[in-house]
Amino acid sequence: MLELKSLSKRFGKFCLSKIDLTVDSGHYFVLLGPSGVGKTMLIELISGLTKPDRGRVLWRDCDITRVPPERRGFAVVYQDSALFPHMTTAGNIAYGMKSRKPSAVGLEQTARMLGIEHLLDRYPETLSGGEQQRVGLARALATDPELLLLDEPLSALDLRSRREFRNLLKRIHSETGKTFLHVTHDLDEATSLGDRIGVMLNGSIRQTGTPEELFRSPSDPDVADFLGMRNVIAVSETKDGICKANGVEIHAAAADESISHIWIKPEEIVLSRAAFDSSARNQIRCRVEGWESSGPLLAVRVSAGDLTMSALITYASFKELAIEVGAELYATFKSSAVHCF
Amino acid sequence: MPVKRRSLTACFKTRFQRSASLLRTACLPKPPSPPSLVLKHAVGLPWFNLIFALLGSLVLLFIVAPLLGITAATSLTELSHAAADREVMNSVRLTLKAAMVATVVCAVLGVPLAYLLARSEFRGKNVVLSIIDLPIIIPHSAAGIALLTLVGRRSHLAATLPGWESGFVGTFAGIVVAMAFVSVPYLVGAARLGFEAVPVRLEKVARSLGASPRRVFFTISLPMAWRSVLSGMILMWARGISEFGAVVIIAYYPMTTPVLVFQRFNDFGLAYSRSAAVLLILICIAIFAILRFIGRQQRTEGM
Repeated sequence: MLELKSLSKRFGKFCLSKIDLTVDSGHYFVLLGPSGVGKTMLIELISGLTKPDRGRVLWRDCDITRVPPERRGFAVVYQDSALFPHMTTAGNIAYGMKSRKPSAVGLEQTARMLGIEHLLDRYPETLSGGEQQRVGLARALATDPELLLLDEPLSALDLRSRREFRNLLKRIHSETGKTFLHVTHDLDEATSLGDRIGVMLNGSIRQTGTPEELFRSPSDPDVADFLGMRNVIAVSETKDGICKANGVEIHAAAADESISHIWIKPEEIVLSRAAFDSSARNQIRCRVEGWESSGPLLAVRVSAGDLTMSALITYASFKELAIEVGAELYATFKSSAVHCF
Repeated sequence: MPVKRRSLTACFKTRFQRSASLLRTACLPKPPSPPSLVLKHAVGLPWFNLIFALLGSLVLLFIVAPLLGITAATSLTELSHAAADREVMNSVRLTLKAAMVATVVCAVLGVPLAYLLARSEFRGKNVVLSIIDLPIIIPHSAAGIALLTLVGRRSHLAATLPGWESGFVGTFAGIVVAMAFVSVPYLVGAARLGFEAVPVRLEKVARSLGASPRRVFFTISLPMAWRSVLSGMILMWARGISEFGAVVIIAYYPMTTPVLVFQRFNDFGLAYSRSAAVLLILICIAIFAILRFIGRQQRTEGM
């Protein structure tokens, strides 16, 4: 188990303040945050390449804050793979093996696991981006690390190799059972890989939890926004399951006095030309403000008074409803579709 | 006649490139931008280019003319006489050896310093960098006089070394000290730039893979900066060989080739000193050719 206890570090424009984090053994933990938030610095603090100003790093209940990186038994995989240019693939992979206790994972075995046994004699500059990243991962795994630190390992790859490498990471994690700590700015990457996700904003970790927990109850609007959650609305007062959001009354099944925000998933809102009878408790008269493409769907922005929401509809419905700016519509959604936090 | 103009510029362009890259060869592993770009941008101004090329060619001519002149004035028989002259050949051997010893000793001491300067930031770093470059700007005869206070008769260093009570004056060691003093900045400078070009990230990765700082230096940093270090060593060697001012003050005898050329010119005149001078020039050009070769390999490898 890795534990960070109020870890602080200031360096240039980066500032990490009082980071507390626990990563359980065998987990795939993803640290999610925008670029320039100090994620790489956190990796360097954990690996021992940088010393913190304050705070402690614990591994299996031992304080390793002052232990030099080569004796921590962690390995780092960087975004640009950082292969040694004057060594072959085999030389790169074997580099860490020589200096550690004899590893159970042999060179051949590691190479086969990552499907790079045909590249062993090649130099890094002759490899593609995806291949380089595989070699970088192989080099790290060959040291049989107790904790694998991945610093944006997919960012430098094109879309296809990114998907491949993502599946590879998943497979390696389940095959080896090692602890992975992966930092990224990519939401998809985080949710598809992480057992647990930590959201990092402005130099601190705002919330940690399983992907489901995060999406069910984000700790604050900034987190919700970063998780790509649309229609997060501040609530002014709540009474008897009805909350007031920007002057509009909304029925929320889970609402109680303690909530400050509601979240209505855009795909749960039904748009219609006329009002209709249904079991849905919320039916709000609104007008169209605009729309934008959202992959195969369209996100239509509608407003009712001061309340603005987005609804996801198909191109076919868009045509059928003859949507134009200023059109009067009804937005319908169930009270159970209103998430409260 | 735009066609003719362009070909003229092109011709000078390559010469510019060559001379500009001589220094770069020794120092930088990868030139940030080839000088040809500058001229390419000026393509719309043929007169401008032509004038600059003419001015530049005067500089080139100024360097090449005396070298060609002395080589042309020296017949092959004269040169072979010089090569057969025991005094000349002894001095050449002495010069090469002394410069080599100075280079090796300074490499052992100077390469760690270069690495330190490339990797760490500390208060007064600029002062240290300036101190290292001082021998370049000090007149070398004055440097020789200054060195006498260190290794001359009754100097502090000489007094502490048993057997060296009379100082290094007139000894092989004295020549080495004089050569080292004036040429060590070239070695440290080139090695420092070489280490600076090694990405810190690679060293960090190596540490995280379990390598100690010592192992990182010998397996990552030094191998990757090796060509720059070697270039620096050759540059220092060549600079040591050609040193006259500091050497002549500490050791007139045993005679290095530059001192020998001076002595023969002084005592017997131009004709008698010329062959030894040409021999020295050819040796230095050969060393420079090796340096260029290493530099070119480095660039094609593209580290």
